[in-house]
Amino acid sequence: MELLVASAVGVLTAAGVYLVLRLRTFPVIVGTALLSYAVNIFLFASGRLQIDQPPILQDGVTAYSDPLPQALVLTAIVIAFGMTAVVVVVALGAYLSSQDDHIDDRPGPDDPDAAEAEGQGGARP
Amino acid sequence: MTHWIVLPVILPAMMAAIIVLVLRGHPLLQRVFSLAGAVAVLAVAAGLAWETADGTILLYQLGNWAAPFGIVLVGDRLSILFVLLTALLAVFVALYAIGSGWDMRGRHFHALFQFQLMGIVGAFLTGDAFNLFVFFEVLLIASYGLMIHSGGSRRFRVGVQYVVFNLLGSTLFLFALGTIYAETGTLNMADLAQRVAEVPAEHTAGIRAAAVMLLMVFAVKAAILPLHFWLPAAYSTAPAPVAALFAIMTKVGAYAIIRVYTLIFPPDLAITQGLFDTWLLPAALLTLAVGMAGVLGARRLDRLVAFAVIGSMGMLMSAVAVFTPQGIAAALYYAIHSTLATATLFLLVDVVRARRAGGSLGFDPAPPIAGGALVAGMFFAAAIAMAGLPPLSGFIGKLLILDAALADPRIAWVWAVILGSSLIAVVGFARAGSTIFWKAHAPGTAPADAPPPATQDAGESTTPPQAGPALPMVAIGGLLAILVAVTVFAGPLQRHLAATAAQLFAPQPYISVVLGTPGKAIDKGDHGNKAETDKAQGDKAQGDAAQADQHTAGEEH
Repeated sequence: MELLVASAVGVLTAAGVYLVLRLRTFPVIVGTALLSYAVNIFLFASGRLQIDQPPILQDGVTAYSDPLPQALVLTAIVIAFGMTAVVVVVALGAYLSSQDDHIDDRPGPDDPDAAEAEGQGGARP
Repeated sequence: MTHWIVLPVILPAMMAAIIVLVLRGHPLLQRVFSLAGAVAVLAVAAGLAWETADGTILLYQLGNWAAPFGIVLVGDRLSILFVLLTALLAVFVALYAIGSGWDMRGRHFHALFQFQLMGIVGAFLTGDAFNLFVFFEVLLIASYGLMIHSGGSRRFRVGVQYVVFNLLGSTLFLFALGTIYAETGTLNMADLAQRVAEVPAEHTAGIRAAAVMLLMVFAVKAAILPLHFWLPAAYSTAPAPVAALFAIMTKVGAYAIIRVYTLIFPPDLAITQGLFDTWLLPAALLTLAVGMAGVLGARRLDRLVAFAVIGSMGMLMSAVAVFTPQGIAAALYYAIHSTLATATLFLLVDVVRARRAGGSLGFDPAPPIAGGALVAGMFFAAAIAMAGLPPLSGFIGKLLILDAALADPRIAWVWAVILGSSLIAVVGFARAGSTIFWKAHAPGTAPADAPPPATQDAGESTTPPQAGPALPMVAIGGLLAILVAVTVFAGPLQRHLAATAAQLFAPQPYISVVLGTPGKAIDKGDHGNKAETDKAQGDKAQGDAAQADQHTAGEEH
């Protein structure tokens, strides 16, 4: 169990970091999603791994699972979901407006004059 | 339990909802409500500042749940100071956005603005580490929308970098919080302060890793050196009022560092020894050097100001990294100054862009800008403040930081970097100002028939280049006036900040107020009576804490 959870966190994190370093929007977005899965599992494990234990106080029960990490994970999932939606929209906007899905600054757009023309003249249709 | 302290969070949230749901098609009402919201937050913040000035610690238990179980908002001198600064900035930024027409160049500016305000204020007020994460996300998601406000491909491309960088920062924040929870079993800051101190010496690996991860997360927000790459492009590309509002966002990182590393991991804690001397101070000095070198090396005015932000954060963090009450007080003064100065500069850059022929910000010859004398004068004043020349507040802030570093063993490094980088910044600003305002004579083009500026949105290019509206200049003038006031009243302000720092270094009242105030009763009793006694006890605890704080402050002196 511990090995399974720990390796899941590790493998997801490694895959996420690798994908984020690809520097094109699609792998990066998938990478951040994998990272958020990794962190969710990690948060879940931060309340210790318990199976089949109730999270709420009951009469005659002595062993409980920690309810707080479950609430934290729920919050984190919602936030990660919203953030993923935002990054998809922003990335799509960037791709559609420049026909280029690289995340790093290419020599072209970063050139001051080109940036000037692009940034200031780039009126929305 | 007073409800005032939750208002700066609730008010913008409700304003944003009203603006986006009810006032969709009413630009004028949107402006009125947005500005009114900012002013109301300012008024509440001023009241709270008055209340906390004597060392009272205000506590608000959300849902009336007692501290380690429920989420609390805590207002002490430090958090209310930053709330006040945020509200002050927000009013002028909203004025500028309205006056310059930026708010109508895209949709939902005011709603996002209010959400951003809510996130920033909430991050300052919260007393719970996970809640801090949530407010970080609120302010970030609003800032993503504001960052790409009014569109343009360059803005979208930089927006992707900004969003991805901050998403990674948020993931790291969650890892840090998970580690902290696994090690201590709590996320309430006051409770953490007690439990971290009790961690047995042989089991500190996890908590030390968490302390370093947290520092990295806050360093991303504060743009400290190896983690500053997101800032120059984002700040120089963002719409001007947004960039001006972002001036407080880097301070959120600085605030979080000050809060967490005085309360949870205080400087005398054995397990985090060396974190500041070994890592934060060199990183801050490097940030300062790189930022000011960027000021000299920038080829466009907006990037110059963005690098000045990095430099000022370096200056601020080097004062924090000294980690004495004196250093923190100096850092707080510098934080107030640099927030106002960078916001002023970002707004001035936008004025230059709107009035300069072609809308160019590069350091190349162009016709003189319309109304150049006023703009040039304001830029001169703001640049003096930013570069830290007398007589404005930057000089006083720098002097305080230099003074605070006197006792530090690495004084030579601190002084050398601060003074050297100041010289570089002066040269950089002087070059930029003289190129744009003095050498402004392109052959053959009179300023009168300069083409209208190529603004971001074709629909808004009706603003005449020579006679810009007065409201933006009023907003900038107001920010400058506050800078002057910060300079003139430096003495009283500095005494207040010294008291703030003293309060930070004596966290026991904070802890006892947060953990000692009883919340709602779980057992079924007479609710009305119970609430009465709770209130009485809460007030008593706060009074005790205030007395204890004054006592400690007295001992300090």
